[in-house]
Amino acid sequence: MSAESAVRVEDKLYLNRYLVDAGRAHIKVRPHTKPSPQLLSLLNVCPAHCYEMNSAGQVEIATDGCVECGTCRIIAEPSGDIEWNYPRGGYGVLFKFG
Amino acid sequence: MIEERFDAIVVGAGMAGNAAALTLARKGLKVLQLERGEYSGSKNVQGAILYSDMLEKLVPDFREDAPLERHLVEQRFWMMDDNSHTGLHYRSDEFNEERPNRYTIIRAQFDKWFSKKVQEAGAVVLCETTVLELLQDAYGKVIGVRTDRKNGQVGADVVVLAEGVSGLLGTRAGLRKTPDKNNVALAVKEMHFLPQEILEARFNLRGDEGAVIEAVGTISQGMTGMGFIYTNKESISLGIGCLVADFEKTGQTPYGLLEKFKQHPSVAALIAGSEVKEYAAHLIPEGGFKAIPQLYGDGWVVVGDAAQLNNAVHREGSNLAMTSGRLAAEAIFQIKSRRDPMTKENLALYKKMLDESFVMKDLKKYRDMPDLLHIQAQNFFLTYPQLVSKAMTNFLRVDGTTKREKEKTTFRSFLAARSLTGLVGDAVRLARAWR
Repeated sequence: MSAESAVRVEDKLYLNRYLVDAGRAHIKVRPHTKPSPQLLSLLNVCPAHCYEMNSAGQVEIATDGCVECGTCRIIAEPSGDIEWNYPRGGYGVLFKFG
Repeated sequence: MIEERFDAIVVGAGMAGNAAALTLARKGLKVLQLERGEYSGSKNVQGAILYSDMLEKLVPDFREDAPLERHLVEQRFWMMDDNSHTGLHYRSDEFNEERPNRYTIIRAQFDKWFSKKVQEAGAVVLCETTVLELLQDAYGKVIGVRTDRKNGQVGADVVVLAEGVSGLLGTRAGLRKTPDKNNVALAVKEMHFLPQEILEARFNLRGDEGAVIEAVGTISQGMTGMGFIYTNKESISLGIGCLVADFEKTGQTPYGLLEKFKQHPSVAALIAGSEVKEYAAHLIPEGGFKAIPQLYGDGWVVVGDAAQLNNAVHREGSNLAMTSGRLAAEAIFQIKSRRDPMTKENLALYKKMLDESFVMKDLKKYRDMPDLLHIQAQNFFLTYPQLVSKAMTNFLRVDGTTKREKEKTTFRSFLAARSLTGLVGDAVRLARAWR
């Protein structure tokens, strides 16, 4: 693990306001056995660190802390690696300042 | 959901959407504005600097009640290496004028105010409503939208897509492509709160004066990117953004870059002791003129970030958004008053108006800039800042070396890093792209 990923982004996300739509993830990772380079890059690129690798070496997403920037869509939607939607109206991140 | 039909539906309540909805409603059109956030602004992120001229065209007396933070009297450009920065600062008392030219704002607060104006003008503003898709007839003409509300279909003569940089609806409907990763930047930002008097002392500000720092250099680790520090009344907006393609290539984390930027000796003292209250991230269109997609079609127009209208060189986005939203609305009003249909042919008027405005003229001027900066990232964002820093320290440090020898050392360091043809070539390319 590099020195940078030691930055605890969770501490940053804790400052934000969210209304989590429990059980309705707005982004889904396509089931895979071996992740594509695009999927792997999301482990670092996602500014909310929503993507993690599980013990089987597959990339998973937890959307609770998502700041809805759309970066993963730009990188991994064209290749079909992820399915990307906005959260339902009113849900998701609620910026106090923006 | 609403059973009735509208003259126009505006998707999104950011700068472009609010400008469009306000203008349409004032002209007497029946307008529905849809916003997925809890309120206008709750999903919007910007640095943020507001330019008065473009807002005055919409709300001439905005200074009376808009939530403005500080009017800007000082601009600092920094070229940074790991331990230093070389700066170009411009401060003028002339910016302390009756009607200041630019202000810092906090988007969530500003957008709420802007949305109130839209509602007062008579538009129906429906928040907490995500538009899922555009409704199209058999010929592809956009005839309305489908939302996530119960029975969520609504029809309109024209849909104004002010859906933001990602442009999900337009791309899904095949109106344009998903933005390319080489043409969008990812910026992350924190809000740092400080007691007002401490903030003013650190930035040498009096009253409502504000300062802006924009920085390039080793902070972006060789990627095309920029850091920024904007002073608000009691807070500092601090962030850094780099091209998405560069992030993907380098494996750098956005929050890692942000932490390093904050820890830089030139920055750390400015934010020492601050309380961070929010962390946000957003995409910024960076492709310029060449990345602008089709802007109109049968039953639709696209405005603001969704149309990739952003001047990356001058870091102007919201004023292009406001202007494109206003012009789209004016074009729609003209077509409507002639009782003409909202066809592609008729809506071309919006593009024509945009072409004649500063929006397209400015973007066209810098059309080659993105290619230059994106492809030569290493030179412009890493090598040169390091060379300049070395030259400055060599110039200032007195150590018995003769001045002639010092000059030679500096010149040699530039030659070694870029070669003479490289140096001349970079200068020519930059001058050409700027022209």
